[in-house]
Amino acid sequence: MTQPARLRHGGRINRDRPVAFTFNGRQYLGCEGDTLASALLANGVHMVARSWKYHRPRGIVGAGAEEPNAIVQLGEGSRTVPNARATQVEIHEGLIARSVNCWPGLEFDLLSLNGLFSRLLPAGFYYKTFMWPKSFWRHYEHFIRKAAGLGEAPTERDPDYYEKFNAHCDVLVAGAGPAGLTAALAAARSGARVIIADEQSEPGGSLLHARESIDGLPAVSWLRRTLAELAAIPDVRVLARSTVFGYHDHNFLAIAERLTDHLAEDRRRGPRERIWRVRAKQVILATGACERPLVFTNNDRPGVMLASAISIYTRRYAVRTGNNAVIFTNNDSAYATVLDLLDAGVRVAAVVDAREQPRGPHLEAARQRGINLMAGSAIVDVRGRRRVQAAVVASLGADANGLRGNDTTVVDCDLIGVSGGHSPVVHLYAQSGGRPLFDEGLAAFVPGPAVQTQRSVGGCRGSFALADCLREGYEAGTAAARETGHDAAATLPPGPGTLERHDYTLRPLWRVPDPPGHARGARQFLDLQNDVSASDVLLAAREGYHSVEHVKRYTALGFGTDQGKLGNINGLAILAQALGQDIAATGTTTFRPNYTPVTFGAIAGRDLGDLFEPIRLTALHAWHVEHGAEFENVGQWKRPWYYPKPGESMHEAVRRECHAARNAVAMMDASTLGKIDIQGPDAAEFLNRVYTNNWHTLKVGQCRYGLMLREDGMVMDDGVTSRLGENHFYMTTTTGGAARVYAWLERWLQTEWPELKVYLTSVTDHWATIAVVGPRSREVMKGVCGDIDFGAASFPFMSFRDGTVAEVAARVARISFSGELAYEVSVPADYARHVWKALMAAGAPHGITPYGTEAMHVLRAEKGYIIVGQDTDGSLTPQDLGMEWIVSKTKDFIGRRSFARADTARPDRKQLVGLQSADPALVLPEGGQIVDRPQWTAPVQTTGHVTSSYFSDALGRPIALAVLQSGRSRIGQTIYVTLGDGRVAPATITHPVFLDREGKRQHG
Amino acid sequence: MQGAPAMQRYSIFSLLRNALSHHERWQAAWRSPEPRPAYDVVIVGGGGHGLATAYYLAREHGITNVAVLEQGWLGGGNTGRNTTIVRSNYLWDEAAHLYELSLKLWEGLSQDINYNVMFSQRGVLNLGHSLQDMRDIHRRVNANRLQGIDAEVLNAAQVKAMVPILNTSPGARYPVLGASLQRRGGVARHDAVAWGFARAADARGVDIIQNCAVTGIRRENGRVVGVETSRGYIGAGKVGVVAAGNSSVLAAMAGLRLPLESHPLQALVSEPMKPVIHTVIMSNAVHGYISQSDKGDLVIGAGIDQYAGYGQRGSFHVIEGTLAAIVELFPSLSRVRMNRQWGGIVDICPDACPILGKTPVRGLYFNCGWGTGGFKATPGSGFVFAHTIARDEPHPQNAAFSLERFTSGYLIDEHGAAGVAH
Repeated sequence: MTQPARLRHGGRINRDRPVAFTFNGRQYLGCEGDTLASALLANGVHMVARSWKYHRPRGIVGAGAEEPNAIVQLGEGSRTVPNARATQVEIHEGLIARSVNCWPGLEFDLLSLNGLFSRLLPAGFYYKTFMWPKSFWRHYEHFIRKAAGLGEAPTERDPDYYEKFNAHCDVLVAGAGPAGLTAALAAARSGARVIIADEQSEPGGSLLHARESIDGLPAVSWLRRTLAELAAIPDVRVLARSTVFGYHDHNFLAIAERLTDHLAEDRRRGPRERIWRVRAKQVILATGACERPLVFTNNDRPGVMLASAISIYTRRYAVRTGNNAVIFTNNDSAYATVLDLLDAGVRVAAVVDAREQPRGPHLEAARQRGINLMAGSAIVDVRGRRRVQAAVVASLGADANGLRGNDTTVVDCDLIGVSGGHSPVVHLYAQSGGRPLFDEGLAAFVPGPAVQTQRSVGGCRGSFALADCLREGYEAGTAAARETGHDAAATLPPGPGTLERHDYTLRPLWRVPDPPGHARGARQFLDLQNDVSASDVLLAAREGYHSVEHVKRYTALGFGTDQGKLGNINGLAILAQALGQDIAATGTTTFRPNYTPVTFGAIAGRDLGDLFEPIRLTALHAWHVEHGAEFENVGQWKRPWYYPKPGESMHEAVRRECHAARNAVAMMDASTLGKIDIQGPDAAEFLNRVYTNNWHTLKVGQCRYGLMLREDGMVMDDGVTSRLGENHFYMTTTTGGAARVYAWLERWLQTEWPELKVYLTSVTDHWATIAVVGPRSREVMKGVCGDIDFGAASFPFMSFRDGTVAEVAARVARISFSGELAYEVSVPADYARHVWKALMAAGAPHGITPYGTEAMHVLRAEKGYIIVGQDTDGSLTPQDLGMEWIVSKTKDFIGRRSFARADTARPDRKQLVGLQSADPALVLPEGGQIVDRPQWTAPVQTTGHVTSSYFSDALGRPIALAVLQSGRSRIGQTIYVTLGDGRVAPATITHPVFLDREGKRQHG
Repeated sequence: MQGAPAMQRYSIFSLLRNALSHHERWQAAWRSPEPRPAYDVVIVGGGGHGLATAYYLAREHGITNVAVLEQGWLGGGNTGRNTTIVRSNYLWDEAAHLYELSLKLWEGLSQDINYNVMFSQRGVLNLGHSLQDMRDIHRRVNANRLQGIDAEVLNAAQVKAMVPILNTSPGARYPVLGASLQRRGGVARHDAVAWGFARAADARGVDIIQNCAVTGIRRENGRVVGVETSRGYIGAGKVGVVAAGNSSVLAAMAGLRLPLESHPLQALVSEPMKPVIHTVIMSNAVHGYISQSDKGDLVIGAGIDQYAGYGQRGSFHVIEGTLAAIVELFPSLSRVRMNRQWGGIVDICPDACPILGKTPVRGLYFNCGWGTGGFKATPGSGFVFAHTIARDEPHPQNAAFSLERFTSGYLIDEHGAAGVAH
């Protein structure tokens, strides 16, 4: 297992640390420091993928985030990752990878048959067909879906976890290439707090393969020295494997740091990834530039690579990417690749330069080494299918839109390096809200004016010369630090050594003319991942899809996991040309987060499982668990639902609990009710405005039920409020509505009634509340409380007393949600368990029974008491609920005005009624709709539905509450309740109060 | 009046024929004419609803002297930014009928406009996570069946059978107790809807004018007479405004205040993968909704940002909450990666239902307030809005959605039915 294409010297890989990995089932060796792409190339593997639509053989094109082809499935089982880019995957011992979207395999792929029909599959072909017969779309679609998609989603639970850090800094630098490093250096030397993040495994960017020297040192030596200096400065954080993937408002940026994927599985510890949420005073973007491919026929063959990628593989990874290369360029930068190849002993068969009179410092250096320079020429076609075999070269016409004659030269080669210029990575700048501008000289989009406190430096602002990158970075770092109050240290920026100024003369070449006899642009690929060719863009333009967004959406150009980092610019230039407009007017599609894809789990972080939302438990929760309670989720709370005894069904348990409450005594944990402490001289007036009834008349020591409406007059919450003092009230709300009510009250106080002196405090968790319910509850209370007079007259219904319960200071209120004689005991939450147990003990002789929410629901429904959110749905007024008695006619309150509206005053509104099922064994289904006749055919107007339905132990039969149009005037009539499956059940409309309509029990 | 050229029909045969000429003989899907001085009807807004309105004005009412004015590119607003879910299982009769009318039009739309909008009836599941959720599901399913709308209640095991990767463990933070299912619901290709309606409307003579921003609504004696635009004044007998998130801005041009709040709403997609989710799954309580496109991306809707605004971008924390919900519901998707996010502007009414009808200005009609759920209504909305404009009175199916309901109190509270908590 040798590495046939590994260079003997150079590179930043560790030849002493071989790493075994598997690709498509075959074992290979790479070196520590390799990416999967570099290791495959070192093993002579170029073809790594099949294309998305035509399943053409595809090779590695780039060396970083821009890679469109080398998409692999990593790992197996629960740790598998779909759609990893081989160029960004660091190999580790045991790594397993395979090609995606090919079947049965990469070498023989059945769907490569698609290539034969490619003429039938132009952009948007699916909009024009698959419409007949109508019912067949689902069958067509089945195959389309199977054919689409790249990797496979895991099917097992992720065994890893993820975390998040929040950070603030003076200066955040995105990208640790030459410009980013000098920016960080200058800012750090000035004393600013700096974070610098880079997506690669080590900082350095282009310095990791640069030919240049800086300050007299080879670039990598300068890099080492600079990193050492940064490491020595406190308050500087250098993040490797960390991608700044989102730039949001107010200089909020999100960074994804990959912590363990590069390690062998047995060496992984801690979280897999970490999201940094950074708020930066100043941002410096130093994200570099992407080399741009050239668009010529069969430019997608394995072996066609970016020139810069060839340099990276050669110098950084010590890989021989081919033996016989042709370089095709329209600018000087690719000549550095020529030099790199020559240094590595690779033959350069020809350099094809689109420029009529090529010049530039790298070219001059290469010329001295002796090259076959074909100026004013272009590669028009590529021979070879699974690997480049030859380039077909022709002379370009003067305007580059046509060829000069039909003569072509065939140059044998196994590697084609291309450079169409560079596209500054303006993604983060654009995400910040900025609009990139087209620079005609560079033939590239560059950042426009900054929108947030941000600067772009180096390659990402179109400065491609190393000297410019170093200087711009240093200046920006100095300026950014100064603006955060850190005066710069007067150090000169580093300077480059060997090479003078870069000469970036470029001949824009967006699309090489077709070779003689070829259709226009059919195999000239723009977006390699989505198989979008020049002809697709031309078709879109022809068909009227003129907006660059239309072209993207019609052809899928830039829709892939690389989001068009390579090919978009060529596509929109071709579009501009087709429409006869300039590129600036054509514009770009929107650059949006994420810069590169980010793991769902990392963004979700730790907010999963039990931490997905807080689980709220009452102070008595452990007791309930110990006593076998089943629980119900109510909002964020876990509430005891019922307490089954061994062998008891839910129905039996609930009947037993109800029976105790009606006939002896029962007890429930009512602590989850929302509790709001209301104080201030205007507290009574405030309540008067938010509740429908009058609160000025409530005396200290008394309690009152209140109904809260929205502005539209519909019921939104209810609860009992007690007057603790002249200016002091204690409000309770529904369990699920507590937060909403609190926010509602604050909103009115703060935005509408700032003149009211009222202060609200949520005290839900401070108090535990225990309801003691039933005809024997008074005896139980007397057993635990000696300092309150429980006489029926001295402690009447709807009042409260402060006292001592089981030696704990307590507030005891005579409130009933069951219609029974009942007390609610509130004590500081820490004492809850003690007091609960004392009550259980005192109640034991009376058969005291703990009960849960289900019995509570039955008890209140027997009394016709509503539960807001169950019996109401935001469309019911107090009048609809038969609660006119609580609506003041003499004062104003929220929602009152709406009662005057035509629809709110309509006589045939839905009203709360009771239902009695004709079948004494049938508990009507909640949510059943009410129809007038047993037989019906759709559509039938809905007139009402069952809101609550239970078996009543007290009545020995089922009961139900419903809302029904004009219900109160229809009592006694028979209606039918739909059972959800086409059947109906008859029921009689009744009064909604089934038990003790006079209220004797609770006043007892 | 200049005649529109006969529409080149799309079919496998025309595709074959054009393949022979290297697809170099396809016509433009729609003309891009210069605006004329005046039209019988001007539609403001070239999204799906506006284009559908123009199409049905021509097809149903023979009104073809129509222009659709779009300030940017067709379908570039919420039409191209939504998560493409189509269903009609709304709670209240009025809403259910409107969305069902739309769903029925969806079912024949590709053939009707000869453009494959890829309407895929793969079913929509609305999950229930609490006893109250299940009560509401039963209520809604029963109500839907009364309206003749297909609806079923599934228990947790049935849901699991349909969506094997869904976490239905009883130990989940909010366990799945069941779901409602509308089998006729599904997804469609959103861009194709705009393009297909544009092409079909154009073929009937409608002028589709892009890059034409309306800057004013000119009125005389309480009646609309035309619109000021970035390309000059255009006279109009009637004006229908279908401008989604920008509706209040346009209303202000006519001196109207609408009961709308505009908020950013975000969505995101994963990288494309082989099919793993075969239906549409929505959860109000855990707050995530998801489907998988034919291209293989998981398409995920996020929540709204609570602040009001017109910027088509939202806050990162909303995305964090959404993905926590998705991973909570589908733990095996944790290692899948998010490719891209974006935002649109939703115009939300107090009752989470649209405004579709006349205004106090004669000849001026508004179609707005679709909030987070307008895409599914596209054909139905266009159909009834065209009727409203042509007859100067609402179609029975949009009569209830008048602006007057905010005065009368006849609200249609669909907060519970919306996929997104408002």
